[in-house]
Amino acid sequence: MTIALKTLLYRLADDEVIIGHRNTEWTGHGPILEEDIAFSSMAQDELGHAQIYYSLLHDLGEANPDQLAFLREAQAFQCAQFVELPRGDWAFSVARQFFYDAAESVRLAALSKSAYAPLAQAARKFAGEEKYHWLHAKTWITHLAQGTGESRARLEAGLKQAYPYALGLFETTAADAAIVSENLCAPEAELQTAWQALITPVLAEAGLALPAATPVYGGRAGQHTEHLTPLLNDMQLVFRMEPEAGW
Amino acid sequence: MKASAQITPSQILEQLEQVKDPEIPVVSIVELGLIADVQVDERSARVKITPTFAGCPAVEVMRAETEQRLRALGIEEVKVEITFDPPWDSNRISPEGRRKLKEFGLAPPKPYTGAVDLIQIAFVECPYCGSADTTMESAFGPTLCRAIHYCHACQQSFEQFKPV
Repeated sequence: MTIALKTLLYRLADDEVIIGHRNTEWTGHGPILEEDIAFSSMAQDELGHAQIYYSLLHDLGEANPDQLAFLREAQAFQCAQFVELPRGDWAFSVARQFFYDAAESVRLAALSKSAYAPLAQAARKFAGEEKYHWLHAKTWITHLAQGTGESRARLEAGLKQAYPYALGLFETTAADAAIVSENLCAPEAELQTAWQALITPVLAEAGLALPAATPVYGGRAGQHTEHLTPLLNDMQLVFRMEPEAGW
Repeated sequence: MKASAQITPSQILEQLEQVKDPEIPVVSIVELGLIADVQVDERSARVKITPTFAGCPAVEVMRAETEQRLRALGIEEVKVEITFDPPWDSNRISPEGRRKLKEFGLAPPKPYTGAVDLIQIAFVECPYCGSADTTMESAFGPTLCRAIHYCHACQQSFEQFKPV
């Protein structure tokens, strides 16, 4: 059970810590105060969830959560490339968050039934919090689509740029057969279908359609964009200066 | 110092009424429903805390204070754990807790059955004037557990403790 379980936990934790870090980049830079707060709060949730996924890994014999987040190199991360992309303009960040929150919503529902009880408990907890992220994302898709010509154009560009990478959230590797057979999580293909069913009506209501796209894979196998290393340099800088320091 | 053999779970809960949420210092962790389990025997006590939000930065403060308060009762071995089983939900807040939240100016979350839906999130009575003519401005507020609303009757912003 352990290898499949660890792989699954690394994916979950690494997605959360990286998108959480990206969202902190809006702290003090949001277009309006409410959104500055919203992205900062979502980042806080995501980093909190990452910490708990890393703790579950620590319980399975991996390094402690701080070491996992702050001492690994880019190629050891198993996050999708989607979460590494720079924050872009705010419409891109909204588009990314929309795809991501929908994916989390279906993934957490599946993980709530995981055969690994500590993961199922955490997922049930996180699902309640993620409702607010999904509500936020849906609201802003509608606002930006129905706002000005510029807000709509920027949103469309953001969705178009983010979508192929968002499909990469459902990438599989050799570990997936065991993840499914050990009832740790539902198959990625099944999650992707549920995800499409969640995002399509929201986009349709806003008069938006997604172009056909080829998924961008690689992240789950440790292949990353050129954006991950600079992000890690920022995120890990302070910890690496004095890894043994007490906080 | 009295022997811990005499200490009961209800005495422990009474003691933990002293531990307040540092982000909302008028309500105790007992009133917020954060105490998931209390076990005592002759020399030890074990308390489980189920946090409101997984990323809540106040959890460690409340955990440490809980430990300190239990030691103050003269218990030799104290263990305070964080759990998500059961996951905290806003229905765990006691009636007294709700009253105090409202007095503090935070609209208490309405009790619900089943799952939280959008209607429960968006429609809330103003804690200042009681009007239901309010709208949600943002699902995110100054702490993870609060949302920002606006009351059209008394024309004030207010916060709600989010239903979860």
